[in-house]
Amino acid sequence: MATMRYREALNAALREEMERDESVFLMGEDIGVFQGAFKVTQGLLEEFGERRVRDTPISENTIVGMGVGSAMAGLRPVVEIMTINFALLAMDQIVNHAAAIRYMFGAQVKVPLVVRMPQGAGHQLGPTHSHSLEAMFLHVPGLLVAVPSTAADAKGLLKAAIRDDNPVIFIEHETLYGRKGEVPDDAEPIPFGEAAIRREGSDVTIVGVSRMAITAERAAESLASEHEIEAEVIDPRTLRPLDLDTILDSVKKTNRAVIVEEGWPHGGVGANLAALIQEQAFDWLDAPVGRVTGADVPMPYSKPLEQAAFPHEEHVVQAVLATFRDL
Amino acid sequence: MPTGAQATEEHPLPDAKACRELLARMMLIRRFEERAGEMYAKAKIGGFLHLCIGEEATVVGSVDALRETDYLLSTYREHGQAIARGMPPREVMAELFGKVDGCSKGRGGSMHLFDMERRFLGGYGIVGGNLPLAAGVALASDYRGDEDVTLCMFGDGATNQGTFGETMNLAALWKLPVVFMVINNQFGMGTSLERHSAVTDLSKKAEGFGVPGSRCDGMDMLDVKAVVGEAVRCAREERKPQLVEAVTYRFRGHSMADPEEYRTKEDVERWRERDPIAVFSKRLVDEGVMSQDDVEALDREQSAAVDEAVEFADASPFPDLDSLYDDIYVMGDQVRPWWSVDERSPEPHRGERERESGEIAHQLAEAGAAHVEDDSEARERGRPRDDSGGAAEHRDEHGGAG
Repeated sequence: MATMRYREALNAALREEMERDESVFLMGEDIGVFQGAFKVTQGLLEEFGERRVRDTPISENTIVGMGVGSAMAGLRPVVEIMTINFALLAMDQIVNHAAAIRYMFGAQVKVPLVVRMPQGAGHQLGPTHSHSLEAMFLHVPGLLVAVPSTAADAKGLLKAAIRDDNPVIFIEHETLYGRKGEVPDDAEPIPFGEAAIRREGSDVTIVGVSRMAITAERAAESLASEHEIEAEVIDPRTLRPLDLDTILDSVKKTNRAVIVEEGWPHGGVGANLAALIQEQAFDWLDAPVGRVTGADVPMPYSKPLEQAAFPHEEHVVQAVLATFRDL
Repeated sequence: MPTGAQATEEHPLPDAKACRELLARMMLIRRFEERAGEMYAKAKIGGFLHLCIGEEATVVGSVDALRETDYLLSTYREHGQAIARGMPPREVMAELFGKVDGCSKGRGGSMHLFDMERRFLGGYGIVGGNLPLAAGVALASDYRGDEDVTLCMFGDGATNQGTFGETMNLAALWKLPVVFMVINNQFGMGTSLERHSAVTDLSKKAEGFGVPGSRCDGMDMLDVKAVVGEAVRCAREERKPQLVEAVTYRFRGHSMADPEEYRTKEDVERWRERDPIAVFSKRLVDEGVMSQDDVEALDREQSAAVDEAVEFADASPFPDLDSLYDDIYVMGDQVRPWWSVDERSPEPHRGERERESGEIAHQLAEAGAAHVEDDSEARERGRPRDDSGGAAEHRDEHGGAG
């Protein structure tokens, strides 16, 4: 095991996959000379050269589209988008092309593309740089969606994403880049569709998405020490494919579920998961499925407003306690 | 690297009063930006901070070519434009501080200044996003038969967005009264012009779309004013959209968090020799318009105005937490349906009824806001937070949007 930061784990995954497979290459804005806006691609230009680490102009839709095209022609592009809000400029290529091409051309072609991007609030980046939009990509059939919350998952899932033959939206969290974690030395890919149980518990199931998996773990510690509630914390790690069985098994054991996400409530990951849980585990539920989401607003810049607009452990604790009050 | 497209001949000076006013505006912007940088280092300002130091002649010269009724749209590097357009520095500084008296009530921050009254229709955080907006504003003027012109500013990096070509074509096709102004400061974030654009004479980049271009020396305020002025006249009188390239340089990094590994100190120094404020001041002194003492006194006045702005911003409160859902929609009298749904607390409620939400919801809003303390100490010491990558991390390592 080695201790490394989330960004270093991502960097290692890129390096190892580029060493392993000549067809893997990188494109993105300021990923080369500038070393990446968040330094995820640090050193890779020097190591692999301009043929494989390509600084692009600010042209998101076209960069992603060229990723789709080169993937159709046999390469394995990894495109970096500087922040998830900028991926909205590329939604045409992501939704109309990357996601649909294999299906609409009768499986004659595949699109082994990875589009990486950070999301999340907390750094006062305001209403055009700090949203959490995983639900938008989850909505689209044809895309896979990964939301790693630890350094080990960042590395293992990115390796799996690069080797996968489907288009993958790989969503990193901006406030996690500097966070350290243990990463296995011979990190193998982590298969998509396997949730991680971060903490075992018998009283309530908390599903935390992206950074909220960490917030959920903190809340679980408070629940245990202050309320004698043992929460089971599940990090789904990939939203599509979704390890629904692990979540349902847990709910059938604890009889309560709370879903925590940073994104918006309407059409959110929690809305979707709450429907799936009540459809398939209704008889096991002792309380309505709870959810905690970010506020239903464009993310404000002002610091106190921003902090108030996304969930912290206090919100999760209250949501869990509410599932017991309904008894 | 060449230091710009220097004007072939010197423009005559306007009258003494105008000279003084133009110099004062450039100085005010410079002092404002320097102070904003200091306030960022003190963590009074968060997020990204993009300073326009070095670009003052481009900003002031072009804005001065507009009538008060003309419209102006800019990018996220827009403090200078806001101030040049006449916005009080205190309202701009308060916005940077995230305070309720900021021009955007603290919602938008440094990248999203706005002043409807002065027809400054915004700074925008998405590269290339403001070009179609500007053409749309010009469409409205044309539709109503107004004489107003829209000036749209963007950086060299934005000329690579799809919106650039698409907007040029439609503006030319529909003969809209709009002037596009590319502020070529040589870099799209950390990527130099010749590494991001196949055509490096940006004034030519819209010709194929039917928008003729011209170029001005962005370090020479009078040249900027003359060239933009002519483009604005063309757009207003002949209904021919124009592209103006201002060749300039930003003396500071892309944002406060830019290590500037992509350029040399020598390049920066070479451009600094053409500092637009120093050059214009010297000319005014040399030609007897102002004395050196006058120049220094004028500069002190601007510093004092910035002092006042900082005091104002400091004293202004943060927005009320209950105001979180205000102004998302124009609701009129229709308040019955659920416009927004708040799911932060176990008491789901209509966002627009945030003020009437229950005790738990209010407590949780306070608890959330209290997390501002999580990293404030580390930030003020200027130390990155290694364990969890707090705000200081990105301040050190993140350059922000192109």
